[in-house]
Amino acid sequence: MEQLNGWFTELLSGNAIFTANTLNFYWNGLVTTVQLVFLCLLIGIFLAVPLAIGRGSKRPWIKWPIYAYTYVFRGTPLLIQLYLVYYGVVFFDGIQDTIFWVVFKQAFYPALIAFTLNTAAYTTEIFHGAIKNTAKGEIEAARAYGMSKPLMMRRIILPSAFRRALPAYGNEVIFMLHASAVASVVTIMDLTGAAYYVYARFYAPFQAFIFVALIYLCLTFSIMFVFRKLEKRLLAHLRPRGV
Amino acid sequence: MNKWISNALLAGTLAATALAAALPGQAMAQDDAKQQVKLGIDVPYEPFVVRNADGDLEGFEIDLGNELCARANLDCSWVEQSWDGIIPGLLARKYDAILSSMAITPERERQVMFSLPYYNTPSVWIAARDREIDISDKASLKGLSVGVQRGTIRDVYVTQQYGDVLDIHRYGSSQDVVNDLKSGRLDLTFEDFPIAVEAIDFRNDDSPYKQLGDSIKTPTSIFGEGAAVAFRQRDKDLAAKFDAAICSVYADGTFDKLMKQYFDYDLSTPPSNEDCAPYQQ
Repeated sequence: MEQLNGWFTELLSGNAIFTANTLNFYWNGLVTTVQLVFLCLLIGIFLAVPLAIGRGSKRPWIKWPIYAYTYVFRGTPLLIQLYLVYYGVVFFDGIQDTIFWVVFKQAFYPALIAFTLNTAAYTTEIFHGAIKNTAKGEIEAARAYGMSKPLMMRRIILPSAFRRALPAYGNEVIFMLHASAVASVVTIMDLTGAAYYVYARFYAPFQAFIFVALIYLCLTFSIMFVFRKLEKRLLAHLRPRGV
Repeated sequence: MNKWISNALLAGTLAATALAAALPGQAMAQDDAKQQVKLGIDVPYEPFVVRNADGDLEGFEIDLGNELCARANLDCSWVEQSWDGIIPGLLARKYDAILSSMAITPERERQVMFSLPYYNTPSVWIAARDREIDISDKASLKGLSVGVQRGTIRDVYVTQQYGDVLDIHRYGSSQDVVNDLKSGRLDLTFEDFPIAVEAIDFRNDDSPYKQLGDSIKTPTSIFGEGAAVAFRQRDKDLAAKFDAAICSVYADGTFDKLMKQYFDYDLSTPPSNEDCAPYQQ
């Protein structure tokens, strides 16, 4: 351990930018980014499942509001949504005195809300597409067994749709990680916020941003790895034989 | 025939170039048009620079910059650049100098060369009028939030002196800081004096905000000697022209006159006689 410490100090000596202090900033940024992205994806997926089912409903009062929601959130930039949630809410008079202020006072929760609504909209459309494309034969077979609609949804359509949605959803996860870089505009010290800080302190854009780009690359690589494994396992039945 | 003409033209051009090179005096005379200089500035920064209703730039720094250029016999134009990228923009030759309230600091001096300082303003702590905050009692500040503009000297000061007690929020622009002070997300802000006067109006008794403690100008290691024009390291001649012009606007009282048009407090930082000695006629 001591040896490692000595090696570390030596590595950093003669380096004006990457001191233990700035590395600490990057580390805290990494933790914040992972927390923010993980939480928004988790809540987003829970919202997206019922919304995706509702999106395919025949009843217009269920279908159209969901369509409007996904249209608005996919049709506007995430940065604008974040600004509206963070700076926009303050223009409701007296919000400071309500219970909501506990949530909106910090920067983290408004960002989490904006990110969650955004990713839920995209995920809804991904799941909806997969549900719609379920093979007719599977549905007919389920009907022939006399399954009710909810049972068919639970046992046949959803499991099959989720598997087929996996590659597209993997992309959404990676997009969300990259989109989370806008969190720094509302003072959140995420990875990009840390890079901005180092950049502004030392006027060294190249070092500050290339380092953070490498961290994002590592994160993306791990996400891709997990999804590759999952796809291999869950989509085994869709692969050609003998491959 | 065509070839003959192009050859003749080429020969003529070469001869003219050689002549111009051989006779620098004459070349200078021909180049009587003023040297073109582009000045980088971060807009808006009231009352130093704002865009008026017609879309033109105006403000103290615009007036001062134009005056300096006139005295240095330069043909200046302004280039807008946001603060975050203002030094890289200078180094990338998007403009030849930064005249944007940039304070001299050792870190910046590694990247750019500064003129003599042309003004210096203090920084102030601001809080809501009804809050009882004692800024001199550091322990009592624990857990309070403070907003600063990212990468400014005030960010450095707050980070170094109060990083262990205050919760520091760093913003991209000073408007965002003021917005969040007004929204109630921030307990404190540490602002440049003139910005605070314009945006928060804390000296007015009706204002919901007040100044805490004294205005702060020290330590010089953080706050520097004041704001100066920044140049690329090699443009020594250009920097000398601006130094001479700064000495000149202070010497004949033009600076004071300009300052009084925009401010009701003193932000002058007259250069010493020593600094100005090389430019005396």
